[in-house]
Amino acid sequence: MLQKIGHRYLTLIALAVIVAALPLIFPSSYYFRVASLVWVSAFAAIGLNILMGQAGQVSLGHAGFFGIGAYAVAIGPAHFGIPTWAALLIGCALSSVLAYLVGRPILKLKGHYLAIATLGLGVLVALVITTESRWTGGPDGMPVAKLTLLGWRVSGSDTWYWISGGLLLLGTWIALNLNDTPTGRAFRALHDSEVAARVAGIDVARFKLQAFVIAAAYASVAGSVLAMMNGFINPDQAGFLHSVEMVTMVVLGGLGSVVGSIVGAAVLITLPQVLTVFQEYEHLLLGFIIIVSMIFMRDGIVPTLSRVLAKRTQS
Amino acid sequence: MPEFVQFLVSGLTVGAVYALVALGFTLVYNASDVVNFAQGEFVMLGGMVTVFASAAGIPLPLAALLAVVVSVVVGLLLYWLAIEPARDASPVTLIIITIGASILLRGAAQILFDKQFHKLPSISGDTPVNLLGAAIQPQSFWVLGGTAVIVILLYVFLERTVLGKAVLATAANKLAARLVGINTTTVMALAFGGSAAIGAVAGVLITPITLTSYDVGTLLALKGFAAAMLGGMGNPLGAVAGGLLLGLLEAFGVGYISSTYKDAFAFIVILLVLFAMPQGLFGRRTVERV
Repeated sequence: MLQKIGHRYLTLIALAVIVAALPLIFPSSYYFRVASLVWVSAFAAIGLNILMGQAGQVSLGHAGFFGIGAYAVAIGPAHFGIPTWAALLIGCALSSVLAYLVGRPILKLKGHYLAIATLGLGVLVALVITTESRWTGGPDGMPVAKLTLLGWRVSGSDTWYWISGGLLLLGTWIALNLNDTPTGRAFRALHDSEVAARVAGIDVARFKLQAFVIAAAYASVAGSVLAMMNGFINPDQAGFLHSVEMVTMVVLGGLGSVVGSIVGAAVLITLPQVLTVFQEYEHLLLGFIIIVSMIFMRDGIVPTLSRVLAKRTQS
Repeated sequence: MPEFVQFLVSGLTVGAVYALVALGFTLVYNASDVVNFAQGEFVMLGGMVTVFASAAGIPLPLAALLAVVVSVVVGLLLYWLAIEPARDASPVTLIIITIGASILLRGAAQILFDKQFHKLPSISGDTPVNLLGAAIQPQSFWVLGGTAVIVILLYVFLERTVLGKAVLATAANKLAARLVGINTTTVMALAFGGSAAIGAVAGVLITPITLTSYDVGTLLALKGFAAAMLGGMGNPLGAVAGGLLLGLLEAFGVGYISSTYKDAFAFIVILLVLFAMPQGLFGRRTVERV
């Protein structure tokens, strides 16, 4: 137990050190931008991992919630004069309510039925965003007003680096803590066997719904922050491909591993940046990476590596 | 009345393509329990390879044949290189693999071909035929006729040949099929190859009407999946019925309600079907064993 708590804080401290130390080796503001992108994506992936890795339910439409969060901070200030930070909260609330309402019937489904239902939900959200161009600017997207907090206009890639880094630490802390609460234990029981969990007295439907709502809220906040950071948003952020990318981050890093989600996000975000020379080949490579990692590292990068390391230290 | 017939025929035409995609899904799903999200890419390949082969001077019928052959080869490669090595993985992992394959194929098509929309000439010209006051494109009859032929051929193959019965046996119970001496690996390869061929034919037939480009596959795969779901997963006739029904729903929805949300109908249908009757319209209720 003591070791477990120690492990948890060790992870958090290590992450904080990395976030704090990386800027020392960044030669230009471009690096700040890419790193912020990694932190935000990792935040969304950690949320999705609570649903997929801990509670064992898949969602192929999570970019829908990401999109709701992103468009909330764009539409709120532009059409209703709501302050940006309040729009973020409203977007998060909207996503959570939608997840709650739709999650009830959806989460009764299993395996690929659940996958297709969440996929349908995500595609519908993206379709609404693309079609209602009076509100959303349609396929071309729309600009996002700068965030103003107590008269301070937030801008600059290094400022956003610290905000997204702080957000990531917060998200990691919540997810790690959740692991050791009765809720987290109930999630893991669901993951292993729904029937056994039900027999042990766990309200299966309620906990699945909880995990879905938590994951939706994470995605929504990540979407809002990305929109504010970029100052612009388009429907691709809510699209099917982005949903797949999020799922790939989670599975590539390792289901159920919080650190894994961060690693998965880092790989999927930095790889296209490194490979910009092959920009034409981006989809080809993304598809290839997904297939190869699913075949050869089914458990994900972090669990596979830690198993190898554990074996080393034993022998 | 003419309006109604117009919507009916255009609904059935598009529905026939959904039906073929759904049929491909069902074939693969029955043989291997894999939900193949790359199914729509075979339709794309069918159209695109025909377009580019005929542009390179190959006569149209040969170009179409080449497109089917290319799709079958891609389908077999997909099975041997991506699905077979991950055979014992979870359904979700396999879904992600096929999504990866679909992204990869789209990326390859974007490089090998281009990002433009392409059209093929209609088989019997473009002069509309008058049917009860509605103007029908002759290609619609080719699509409907071609779909009927494929469904009948598939039916005869499954019910009247030994290999077809092996496919059915594998679908019913893989272990038992293996015990009676059926090579289930061959059956699965056959299912992937067959579904690729069906998809490619659909692509060749529909391109004169709807045009094709490197990225038509995704939406077709999603809608074909909706159709398969509507008819009840794993039921070939249900898949065909589901496809036609979905096409009609879309056509009448666009005609009588609104065209802005044309693509949304399929997904609303998926969600409603899953909420109300998760086993589909023609599926059997299954009992889950623990």
